[in-house]
Amino acid sequence: MSKVISKVSLYAVLFIGAFLSIFPFYWMFVMATNHNSVINRVPPALIPGPELVNNFQNVLSNIDFFGAIGNSLIVSSVTTLGVLFLCSLAGFAFAKFHFKGKNLLFGLLLITMMVPPQLGLIPQYYIITKLGWLSDLRAVIVPGLIDAFGIFWMRQYISSNVPDELMDSAKIDGCSHVRVYWNIVVPIILPAFATLAIIKFMYMWNDFLWPLVVLRDESVHTIQIALRGLIDAYVKDNGMILSGTFWATIPLVLIFLLFNKLFISSLTQGAVKS
Amino acid sequence: MSADAYASKKWTEKRKESVSGLLFISPFFILFAIFGLFPMLFSFYLGFQRWNGLGEMEFVGFQNFAFVIEDPIFWKALYNTIIMGALGTFPQLIVAIFLAFALNSALVKFQSAFRAAFFLPYVTSTVAVAIIFGVMFSNQDFGLINVFLNLVGLDSVSWQTNEWGVKIAVAVMVFWRWLGYNTIIYLAGMQGIPNDLYEAATIDGATVWQKIRFITIPMLRPIIIFTVFLSTIGALQLFTEPLIFLGGGLRQEGITVVLYLWREAFSNMAFGTASASAIILFLIIIVFAAVNSFVVNKAFK
Repeated sequence: MSKVISKVSLYAVLFIGAFLSIFPFYWMFVMATNHNSVINRVPPALIPGPELVNNFQNVLSNIDFFGAIGNSLIVSSVTTLGVLFLCSLAGFAFAKFHFKGKNLLFGLLLITMMVPPQLGLIPQYYIITKLGWLSDLRAVIVPGLIDAFGIFWMRQYISSNVPDELMDSAKIDGCSHVRVYWNIVVPIILPAFATLAIIKFMYMWNDFLWPLVVLRDESVHTIQIALRGLIDAYVKDNGMILSGTFWATIPLVLIFLLFNKLFISSLTQGAVKS
Repeated sequence: MSADAYASKKWTEKRKESVSGLLFISPFFILFAIFGLFPMLFSFYLGFQRWNGLGEMEFVGFQNFAFVIEDPIFWKALYNTIIMGALGTFPQLIVAIFLAFALNSALVKFQSAFRAAFFLPYVTSTVAVAIIFGVMFSNQDFGLINVFLNLVGLDSVSWQTNEWGVKIAVAVMVFWRWLGYNTIIYLAGMQGIPNDLYEAATIDGATVWQKIRFITIPMLRPIIIFTVFLSTIGALQLFTEPLIFLGGGLRQEGITVVLYLWREAFSNMAFGTASASAIILFLIIIVFAAVNSFVVNKAFK
């Protein structure tokens, strides 16, 4: 009997948790498909309505939605690819090569991982203006290539997954270090690439403070900055606002649902192991 | 091969390795020097200058720091940050332990479906979370939360202007987005706890609460320390949620330290005081991290 009770209460806890996690998504969809007048009444709408297309057309007349999605895609994928390359190369060097100053430089990296990013915010902004990159996607992409965690992560992975013997025999065969990296290290660390790619892409896609500071012009807004523009629109139309939010959120949610095991293990393992 | 030739080959081999190593890390470190290290250090210089971002800099000693420390809005911002951070973080971590414990139970079916559901909020951007909950926590009677309050016989709350309303709304946003993330981290830790411990406790007649208190929590200690540390640092950097929730006007009920810094720099063009507040934030984070590890260490001894 007590076993039944504990089983029931167990599922009750889990279902309440799952409901509270999912409900805002459902509710966002309800808002995105209803007219503002239906939303702004008591009791409010709790089932989807007929305004799916209309609300989204209103989004399009307020912001350059697809342009902003495009900018986010450019920023996120270019930085992700860049980080995979730079961090695996440097992580490889830190894991397998002996050179002067290695421990000092690695220690410096670990220390800067602890420093809050806001500390350098103002000088960074100054550098960007000096380079003439204000309202230029490079202002987000180039600083985004710096990822101390990525190097740390790659170093750990390469140390424990690329055997020294493999490296030695490659060297005896006369392989250059670049070829060792490309032909031996890269194929072995593909899983680490997947993990780091998910972490980095999501971080860049969702980033807000830095793009807000440097991407002033509407033509370079990322989707997060563009969404903020919806709230500041002259008429506060919740159907329109949540339509924009819904369509900006749903691609990542779908990708997550398809690959949820990979996502969850990537996003949490990366954290736990450091 | 003569001994000399062998030694010199070995030497060139070593040298090649050294050169390759430095070459492989240099693209990263060049970028890091320009966009990472230099800005951090330059902040400490800027903190002692008066500067509007365009004209000449003028050395003003500790004036910027004095200005920030004497500014009541800065203290309000710090107070808000700590309250919202504490409200959003500590209840969340406690609930996360219980959720993870429930998920870890051998009885549970559909574990991966529950995991995916709990994790979903973390995939949502902070901006989207703030917009969704901003509409839910509307001041009006038709806001979802107020409808619910009215339904159970309570009065509507002006969430966006009320001192505690703002804080609770922002804390709920933080709670919702991070709960699943921390649950999964705890779950990963719990899966490493051997099952015989729980079985032995069951035989001894331990309750669920006793199992959590005396087996789970002590065994999870390093992970709990890690999540508390990460959440505290994250909470001190609170920015997006209150900015989206309160709009550009930045009412004092919801201003945070990073919002204060941001406004000093990009609305007031006071880059010196903004840098000074960035340095103060940095010091506060160090103090919190130190106190954190001290308290956590004591609590677990």
